[in-house]
Amino acid sequence: MHLTLQQFSFIAVAGLTIISAALVVTLRNIFHCLLFLALAFLGVAGIYLLLSADFMAAAQVLIYIGAIVVLMMFALMMTHRVMSTNVIQTLGQWWLAPFPIAAGIFFALFRVLIRYDFKLKGVPAAEPTTGIIGTQLLTRYVLPFELASIVLLVAMVGAIILAKEDKPDDSP
Amino acid sequence: MIPLNWYLFVSGMLFCIGIFGVLSRRNAIAILMGIELMLNAANINLVAFGRFMDPSVLAGHVFAVFVLTVAAAEAAVGLAIIIAVYRNIEHINVDKINIMKW
Repeated sequence: MHLTLQQFSFIAVAGLTIISAALVVTLRNIFHCLLFLALAFLGVAGIYLLLSADFMAAAQVLIYIGAIVVLMMFALMMTHRVMSTNVIQTLGQWWLAPFPIAAGIFFALFRVLIRYDFKLKGVPAAEPTTGIIGTQLLTRYVLPFELASIVLLVAMVGAIILAKEDKPDDSP
Repeated sequence: MIPLNWYLFVSGMLFCIGIFGVLSRRNAIAILMGIELMLNAANINLVAFGRFMDPSVLAGHVFAVFVLTVAAAEAAVGLAIIIAVYRNIEHINVDKINIMKW
């Protein structure tokens, strides 16, 4: 089977993503899991680049690696007593029990994928995509866009209130 | 040209790895990591279908941006809840967070 350079790079990036995602769910040390999660996010950004989605790749690196992984690292540091390596992170001796569930779902998806032809052939990509996304967000999807801003505001206020330390002396 | 099925295969595999992570961990932060992996799998699906169906409208990208927003909000609120739980009962083992059970 002859592979083009694009297909070869896709296999490399996808393999990196899958392997680091598998390490995220199997490693014992939770801090190593978090670092491999950042690597998996980077691999997903590479897949976006192969899909010629330049804005999504940049947003993936900025938001997932730059914000979510750093936020999780903060949470890990604040709960440092549970992240030490002698604490069992998985379900003990039952940690392989969910494997048949995940494998069953994957098998069902795989059956659909090899049976069904989506009849979609490649079309020339629109690039750069940032301008089109901005136009779409402010014309056709303007209501979901505003709702997303409200969701972010509510989540931010809620996170601050939830994580705020209760001081019993200055409560009314 | 990379076929669409390759992207869907990777996305399905990532989703199942995320499910396994959610079900097999008992650290609450590790469960959140599994959820993030599943959201990424959904995003790959959206962007891949958007690329192959109508690349001039970029509907898949717009939906992926909204998924990204929800993922960020979910991570912020989830980690705040985890920190509040840790402050109260000194651990985040989801097997042992059962004080609301009677």
